Amino acid sequence: MTARIGVVTFPGSLDDRDTQRAIRLAGAEPVALWHKDKNLHQVDAVVLPGGFSYGDYLRAGAISRFSPVMETVIEQAKSGLPVLGICNGFQILTEAHLLPGAMLGNNHLHFICRDQKLRVENADTSWTGDYTAGQEIHIPLKNMDGRYVADEHTLDELEAEGRVVFRYLDVNPNGSLRDIAGITNAAGNVVGLMPHPEHAVEPLIGSGRTDGLPFFTSILKKLVNA
Amino acid sequence: MSRTPLDTVEHAAETPDVELPWAELGLKKDEYERVVEILGRRPTGAELAMYSVMWSEHCSYKSSKVHLRQFGEKAPQSDALLVGIGENAGVVDVGQGYAVTFKVESHNHPSYVEPYQGAATGVGGIVRDIIAMGARPVAVVDPLRFGAADHPDTKRVLPGVVAGIGGYGNCLGLPNIGGEVVFDACYQGNPLVNAGAIGVMRHEDIHLAKASGAGNKVILYGARTGGDGIGGASILASETFDDAKPSKRPAVQVGDPFQEKLLIECTLEAFAEKLVVGIQDLGAAGLSCATSELASNGSGGMTVTLDDVPLRDSTLSPEEILMSESQERMCAVVEPSKVDRFLEICEKWDVIATVIGEVTDGDRLEIFWHGGKIVDVDPRTVAHDGPVYERPYARPSWQDALQADDANKLARPGTSEELKSQVLALVSSPNQASKKWITSQYDHFVQGNTVLAQPEDSGMIRIDEETGLGVAIATDGNGRYAKLDPYAGAQLALSEAYRNVATTGAKPLAVSDCLNFGSPEDPAVMWQFAEAIRGLADACQQLGTPVTGGNVSLYNQTGDVAIHPTPVVAVLGVIDDVARRTPVAFQEEGQLLYLLGDTREEFGGSAWSQVVHDHLGGLPPKVDLERERLLAEILISASRDGMIDSAHDLSDGGLIQAVVESALLGEKGARLIVPDGLDAFTFLFSESAGRAVVAVPRSEELRFNDMCGARGLPVTRIGVVDGDSVDVQGEFALSLAELREAHEGTIPALLA
Amino acid sequence: MARVVVDVMLKPEILDPQGQAVQRALPRLGFEGISDVRQGKRFELEVDGPVDEAALARIHDLAESFLANTVIEDFTVKVEEVAEAAK
Repeated sequence: MTARIGVVTFPGSLDDRDTQRAIRLAGAEPVALWHKDKNLHQVDAVVLPGGFSYGDYLRAGAISRFSPVMETVIEQAKSGLPVLGICNGFQILTEAHLLPGAMLGNNHLHFICRDQKLRVENADTSWTGDYTAGQEIHIPLKNMDGRYVADEHTLDELEAEGRVVFRYLDVNPNGSLRDIAGITNAAGNVVGLMPHPEHAVEPLIGSGRTDGLPFFTSILKKLVNA
Repeated sequence: MSRTPLDTVEHAAETPDVELPWAELGLKKDEYERVVEILGRRPTGAELAMYSVMWSEHCSYKSSKVHLRQFGEKAPQSDALLVGIGENAGVVDVGQGYAVTFKVESHNHPSYVEPYQGAATGVGGIVRDIIAMGARPVAVVDPLRFGAADHPDTKRVLPGVVAGIGGYGNCLGLPNIGGEVVFDACYQGNPLVNAGAIGVMRHEDIHLAKASGAGNKVILYGARTGGDGIGGASILASETFDDAKPSKRPAVQVGDPFQEKLLIECTLEAFAEKLVVGIQDLGAAGLSCATSELASNGSGGMTVTLDDVPLRDSTLSPEEILMSESQERMCAVVEPSKVDRFLEICEKWDVIATVIGEVTDGDRLEIFWHGGKIVDVDPRTVAHDGPVYERPYARPSWQDALQADDANKLARPGTSEELKSQVLALVSSPNQASKKWITSQYDHFVQGNTVLAQPEDSGMIRIDEETGLGVAIATDGNGRYAKLDPYAGAQLALSEAYRNVATTGAKPLAVSDCLNFGSPEDPAVMWQFAEAIRGLADACQQLGTPVTGGNVSLYNQTGDVAIHPTPVVAVLGVIDDVARRTPVAFQEEGQLLYLLGDTREEFGGSAWSQVVHDHLGGLPPKVDLERERLLAEILISASRDGMIDSAHDLSDGGLIQAVVESALLGEKGARLIVPDGLDAFTFLFSESAGRAVVAVPRSEELRFNDMCGARGLPVTRIGVVDGDSVDVQGEFALSLAELREAHEGTIPALLA
Repeated sequence: MARVVVDVMLKPEILDPQGQAVQRALPRLGFEGISDVRQGKRFELEVDGPVDEAALARIHDLAESFLANTVIEDFTVKVEEVAEAAK
């Protein structure tokens, strides 16, 4: 038995097919979802992939957040559907207020592409069960608008509730507050992060590491054992 | 330019004496007279717009054509070539049913005027060329050349160009896997922004730019047409900038990568459903080019109703619509029964699509506006029968003196200490320094198939997940070598790109080029151009790698000072299984370092002569194409049979540059021994061609030596991967930390 | 036809690197005496029909939910007179 994991394609999504490949490599079944289609086609979880949906015009994620598919994703996420937002997907999740805070342009004003060191802070979410808390991993990062911001109160709350899932190590690549690379909602089913785990799933390709694969095996285990 | 009454064909016939602004549109008097002769009457304003833009240097290759023919005449027999010169891009068979298309183009002048948009639209244009062949674009590369690294204008141009390439390419989801960044004062005011792209398709999916089948519909789709770059093709690319005539500077084209991404997906979906008979992208010369090329390559004629073109600016005249270079537009020829489905796919992707015309069984291209016929031409006379010039050329008078100024006679380091400080100066010089600050602004992970990306010797992309089939691409050029000897310089550019592909384990298959030169009206420049083409064509013939297409950029000069002649050569290679690729980085301590090839005292045009003496003179390194072929065979066999774990080609900067790069990337040092018969200086800095450094696991030492011996490739053991410094025994040692600071600190300090 | 202008600015406490970059360039260009620059967005909405209370209320909602992200941005809505003969 396996799980069906949907990957939404918005106009301007770039890493949708790569994410489908990562899901397949983890042993789950990827299902392509289309932004204009409200129907989630019986998937067990959804990934909002990276890219520049709508060219990042207005604000990254701001237009996609109002697409028909997101109506259903938002509704079901609130009742427990596991949702992972990667990069542009993370931006969409904050715009949709499924996760607190917002994403702004990198503080150095350049696009940045690098193999980024992270610490896993929370291994109890739907998407991080195959990591251990405190584990240090390398995941490729590539974005223009990766600076995570929120007000102090929200940041304190995230910290107190253990909802910072990943933190940048060695280098803060974009000026994110408190080195935050990824966060979760209170229930742990919705996770967003800027780095791209789908680009670290094969030893020969990309960064040459497989540190991103546990995202996809984590959710598979959770769904199959549920 | 709009006149009343409408300047129709009929009106033109009735008013033969109306003066048209042919000179302002860049036509010469005899060219205009030729148009009148072809038509048997004066052209209409719209016809004049089309001829002027299509007969410009940029579109017609009128100065270069007579020389470019050599690429066809001297083309080697190659089973790999599926589509050759003349189409949007060449197509090469890479096996397993896959075909690969690739091409390099220039966007030099626009990038100087507006660095961000100039570079961005350069990426957009080359990617549309790739889509127009039927392929999914899979990677881009960007060979860039700027003025002196410390010149204030470089700080304006370079960051803008890099941000533009990144801004556009990253948003399209294309990994940027290679290219070069070179600084030289000769490019001040004339930066070279070349852009290359690769696409992959199945053999049966190859599409061509032709309009066949009477009754088939011509569909314009993508962005609306606006006033972008009107006259850009004829004016911007044909004339040098003249501050006295700012009005000639056309509006800059602005790119919309999001629109282009939709265009890619929508076009590929239409291809997959076999809806497209012929296709052409709209680049330079816009609709003038697309309609005349589609019609002239097909079997019939074409009618177009210009009123149906969706406009962003409703005040545009028909002439302006024909000349507009608005980006992100394509033109498809579709059978009537498939038009609805084609439009449906466009709608799915939110792409505007409009039927603007029809293929006819005649042989004329007829264009209508407000009910009147404003163009009635034989499309071949527009697209293919442009003027051809046999420009005079002559070896410049200064060439002998330049070659006599022998770099081998320059003062060499006298002590170990001096040798060491020159090594540090070399690896930290802007040209030899790490370009990470630049390349980290490009996405090289997207699509999940990147096996190697810069600073590797070639970029490598997996194209089949099951079999591991992959392609590699390297682009190289060395304007300093070409200035000393353009014939040899072009061959050295090819040699280096060929070697770079082989160093990563891939077999070189085919070539694309971007030929950047000064004004063809200067006989000295024309001689450089002719020599470079002759050299490149001869070398391609000998190496068995056909030129599949490319681009010529002329008038790269300020006043009467031209850039160094700069042929940039891209070589495409294939590798059966990307798991066998060879990286640059040292992998394991204890592995043995071997130098392959012959090292001679060759310093003409070298990085050392530039960095230490600010000198350019003498002769470039000797070209030996048979040696390049042998070296490539050895590198490919060694990769396939697992005999080497890392390899790096030797080029500008020589052996020490290569070893430092391998050491820094692998975070492992090296102990080097100067071989018998060589002095330390020549060993470290010589730029003799046909060489590489490889790291051989001890278990493979015997087998590797036997293979080189049996095939007659000189091989010298020069040291071992070891420690945390680069230690040239008996001379000096430099710690990796010190080298890293020198090598990686330069570019951020200049530009960040 | 009337025009409604929505100006969107980053909240004062949010770092604005683009504005800072502009400000840093000012002395180089010879502009003195400008102590801070912040960069924002301006939206010009061409509205069919009268801009009454109800229309403005709808535009306010639009700005709040879509044009601005109120987690990081503030906005203002104002009506602009369009000169009829301006073309």
